[in-house]
Amino acid sequence: MQVPAHVEYERATSVEHALSLLSRPETRVVAGGHSLIPMMKLRLAQPELLVDINGLAELAFIAKDGGQLRIGALARHADLLESAVAGTHFPIFHDAERVVADPIVRLWGTVGGSLCQADPSEDLSAAFAAARATAVIRGKDGERTIPVRHFHLGPYETVIGRGELLAEIRVPVKPGTGSAYEKVSRRVGDWSIAAAGAVLTLNGGKIQEAGIGLTAVGAEHFVAAEAEDYLRGREVGEDTFNEAAKIAAEHCHPAADQRGPEDFKRHLVAELTARALRRAAARVTRESTA
Amino acid sequence: MTIRIAMTVNGTEYARDVEPRLLLIHFIRDELGLTGSHWGCDTSNCGSCVVWLDAKPVKSCTLLAAMADGHAVRTVEGLEQDGQLDPVQQGFVECHGLQCGFCTPGMMMTARWLLDHHPDPDEAQIREAISGQICRCTGYENIVRSIRWAAEHPAGASAEHPGEAP
Repeated sequence: MQVPAHVEYERATSVEHALSLLSRPETRVVAGGHSLIPMMKLRLAQPELLVDINGLAELAFIAKDGGQLRIGALARHADLLESAVAGTHFPIFHDAERVVADPIVRLWGTVGGSLCQADPSEDLSAAFAAARATAVIRGKDGERTIPVRHFHLGPYETVIGRGELLAEIRVPVKPGTGSAYEKVSRRVGDWSIAAAGAVLTLNGGKIQEAGIGLTAVGAEHFVAAEAEDYLRGREVGEDTFNEAAKIAAEHCHPAADQRGPEDFKRHLVAELTARALRRAAARVTRESTA
Repeated sequence: MTIRIAMTVNGTEYARDVEPRLLLIHFIRDELGLTGSHWGCDTSNCGSCVVWLDAKPVKSCTLLAAMADGHAVRTVEGLEQDGQLDPVQQGFVECHGLQCGFCTPGMMMTARWLLDHHPDPDEAQIREAISGQICRCTGYENIVRSIRWAAEHPAGASAEHPGEAP
């Protein structure tokens, strides 16, 4: 029988209330709890106080606001998967959400919780990194923003400090953009063996900006920066995508584990990056001709 | 240290003093004696513990009872209405949707939710809906048939022909 250790529990009634509760050391936010509570059962996490933010409806939104898609930290995975506005501008989020855990977990687990869990195998970190999203962090002195690419300090570690709370994620919406996410896992609902996300902004057949996110393969900041550099300014095409995919596979650092050896994971990175780039480009074309 | 929590379970109000670390599944089974919901893998993989929290199915081994304070919970005991089995329950009877029965309560709670949102799901939708739940007996075939039966008999067996399988 797995039971968490003794813990105190407080329910936040407002963001300000949450922030004041979070100023105490050894305090963790609980929202979906689908990563934190299993970790508490295993004593991999042993907070003294849990702050339940599930009542903070002001953090549960998904909306397009000017040139940005804004996703509240408390939006559930199922909300993002069902969001038409998110799917229109960033099909990568629908691709990724479709393969996050299972439908029951997605109803309860949150987008912000996934990012804050900072699990190297978690899908949304790479998707948001590919889309060059920004994390909005609230603290008692106000709000600060940090690119998702700099949000994670390492496995299970983020820039969020004591007394701070991830409030939302903002994703810049640019015309001529297409995106996709491709994942291989051992079975439905499992973590990735490897996965790749691509966000392409095209201008007259040329790649104006490229974002490539990689999951579970030890990519720094969840991105393939060298492959992005290669793509920028080049013509869209199969050879270009294959070369970028090769670069992405060369520059990541997968670890051999029960999900497979290193060379297999590099092979997956190359294949999945190429597929994601192809689909992302096809989606731009489809959009601009629609 | 305990805290006072109160919630509605299958329409009945319950209040208890519990430790904050108490999991919802143990609250339902051990504190309330509603043992229809099963405690399985303890890792939110198997889905035997699925109950509804407000209007959504959740894996109750991965939720604290305290998180359900002030909310409404529905368990498998709440499927039957006025002595009438829910069509989902009837479907599992008609199509032999269970063998050992351990996963069944969770399967049925998810199935009810699916049919409330998609009254006419195809096989792929049913399989997707229950993909977070594990059955070690049936190979899922009869579970899928049972849920299809419920979709085709929304009024249950009373007005239909008992024993008719799709």
